[in-house]
Amino acid sequence: MAQETLFEPWNDPNESPLIQFKNVTKKFGDFTAIDDLTQDIYAKEFFALLGPSGCGKTTMMRMLGGFETPTSGTIQIAGQDMNNVPPNKRAVNMMFQSYALFPHLSIYENIAFGLRRTDMAKGAIDARVNEMLKLTRLEKFAQRKPHQISGGQRQRVALARSLAKAPKLLLLDEPLGALDKKLRQDTQFELMDIQEKTGTTFVIVTHDQEEAMTVASRVAVMDEGRIIQVATPDVIYEAPNTTYVADFIGDVNLIKGTVELRVSSAPVNDPEPGAVAENIVDETPSPQPNKLGEWIHDKLLSPIIGERIEPIKRLPPPSTAELAASQEKMQTAQDGGLLLNWSDKNPTIIVSNGDETKDGATLTFAIRPEKLNISKTKPDAPNALQGKVIDIAYLGNVSTYYVELIGGQMIKAQMANARRLARRDITWEDDVWVSFTDTAGVLLER
Amino acid sequence: MKRFSWFNATALTLGFAFLYLPMVILMIYSFNESKLVTVWAGFSTKWYGELIQNEAFLNAAWVTIKVAVFSSTIATILGTMAAYVLVRANRFKGRTLFSGMIYAPLVMPEVITGLSLLLLFIGIGLDRGVLTIVLAHTTFAMCYVSVVVSSRLVSFDRSLEEAALDLGCSPWQAFRLVTLPIIAPAVISGWLLAFTLSLDDLVIASFTAGPSATTLPIKIFSAVRLGVSPEINALSTIMIAIVTIGVIGASLISKQASLKQQRDEQAAARG
Repeated sequence: MAQETLFEPWNDPNESPLIQFKNVTKKFGDFTAIDDLTQDIYAKEFFALLGPSGCGKTTMMRMLGGFETPTSGTIQIAGQDMNNVPPNKRAVNMMFQSYALFPHLSIYENIAFGLRRTDMAKGAIDARVNEMLKLTRLEKFAQRKPHQISGGQRQRVALARSLAKAPKLLLLDEPLGALDKKLRQDTQFELMDIQEKTGTTFVIVTHDQEEAMTVASRVAVMDEGRIIQVATPDVIYEAPNTTYVADFIGDVNLIKGTVELRVSSAPVNDPEPGAVAENIVDETPSPQPNKLGEWIHDKLLSPIIGERIEPIKRLPPPSTAELAASQEKMQTAQDGGLLLNWSDKNPTIIVSNGDETKDGATLTFAIRPEKLNISKTKPDAPNALQGKVIDIAYLGNVSTYYVELIGGQMIKAQMANARRLARRDITWEDDVWVSFTDTAGVLLER
Repeated sequence: MKRFSWFNATALTLGFAFLYLPMVILMIYSFNESKLVTVWAGFSTKWYGELIQNEAFLNAAWVTIKVAVFSSTIATILGTMAAYVLVRANRFKGRTLFSGMIYAPLVMPEVITGLSLLLLFIGIGLDRGVLTIVLAHTTFAMCYVSVVVSSRLVSFDRSLEEAALDLGCSPWQAFRLVTLPIIAPAVISGWLLAFTLSLDDLVIASFTAGPSATTLPIKIFSAVRLGVSPEINALSTIMIAIVTIGVIGASLISKQASLKQQRDEQAAARG
């Protein structure tokens, strides 16, 4: 792993970008779609433009394709100013959201369409089209019309057609929007595979954050015509620069408060946990019939009073060893950082990775639900908050607990269901501890 | 509930009788043996035979067909261009005004259109003949074509054209190779509509026709003033047949196109 050079042209000062947006603004009447945007995209990148609808991501892509011209600023591709170059004179191809396959032409002719506009020899065109059909596994459908194939196949035809001319840059406008989830996941990997094989620079527009995270080398999160953050998927997820990015990508808990400088190893202000009343659930099971009772019911009574309702089969309670194993060991807090005061009734949150120059500011603490641990007893963790389980969403691989902290703040905690038995003892209305490490979250200014 | 009640049957019969009885009578009498139009004297096709030998009628028919072919072709080209620009060009000043002006001649009284054209031709010193009728028919048929074509263009996925441009087509190539083949059914049905409109137009033609060129409707109209002859009946029957074929053809083509589109959309929805 160590020998493998990371693909990070954006960190290499010797690398010159393939695409340069320089102070680009695009207005439609009074509406500003792109607002003074400057951004570099490098060769062989898989660059994702991510944002809600109307954030300007499609406009940015259409300007690259030549379908819109910037109101001000310039766009350069490979050092050449593209403002006055029409779409048919650009070494850029686009895969349209609706696929835009020509309904009157066969799959073969659709893929050959771009090649026939060049002065390529007939034989060479045929060879290239067959190569594309093979790449996208469409050989069998060459002579069909677009309406005679399935949605997934149409999507591959659109990809083959846009790749046939071997463009420097391929633009993908919500390419997988029309596919169902399973097919979309398969196609994402296919896209990455094809991108690697052909070495083409891909720019993809999507509103699906999972898709952007899966395929892209870098993700640009956009809002109202501006790029809010550009980074690799892991940085976008783990170190978002604003609450907007944190909230747009994945799930997040946001807690607003004022920060103060943390005196190293100072005891954390910890109010008495008496605020929450002891809530003992009656664990004694309801009486169950014995063998004779069952026999009497099944043979005599069942036609009259109906089927006996079997008690719900529950998994046996976890052994103490299992409970201990599920309790993750947490390291003690590092020195330094900040303390977040956010509620009178709750202890301050230790954020040892906080920027100490921000002392006294009002900041928002963002923490991902899966970084939270939930337990019935007070855990040995730098941060532990008390609350009550309001709701549990069991999603199979994970369970999300909606916990109301003392004072009313709602918090989502997600626990991976790694063991089939783990944590089933926590249920609705239980008083629980939500704990997390001192570096699990980030403090954001806006 | 009965699907075909007495009330429905009566209403249908009355309606269609009202619409088609006159034409049916005309057709029947075109096969009349007698010279008297109102007296039935047995079946015969002799008036059709005589019609073929009537040079004046044949000349008029030839002029009519020439006018119809030329005017509907020019109208189709101009109407398609107008529809394309009005649907495609998204923002330019006075777009609504222009599209309104395209449709205005549809509701304009023909007498006024005819009269204004006559004044124009006299004004610019153009001798009235086949050319002037062609121009006049082009003028009013073009509106119909542009209505038919633009209704198809509205539902046309614009990204198809963008895809063609993206793949290296010039705008004209994109239109010729992608847009035109896809909207062809609408263009053809527009042509057929223009053709039939030109074929049976009397009012505008009578304003713009000169002594050198008389169209069939004008000929029939003037002949009838001297008394209805079975020959006219035969001629009218032939014209009804041609117009019927034209209208049915146009509606079949557009129906087929919409069915095909529906099928494609369903196939797309099924994925």
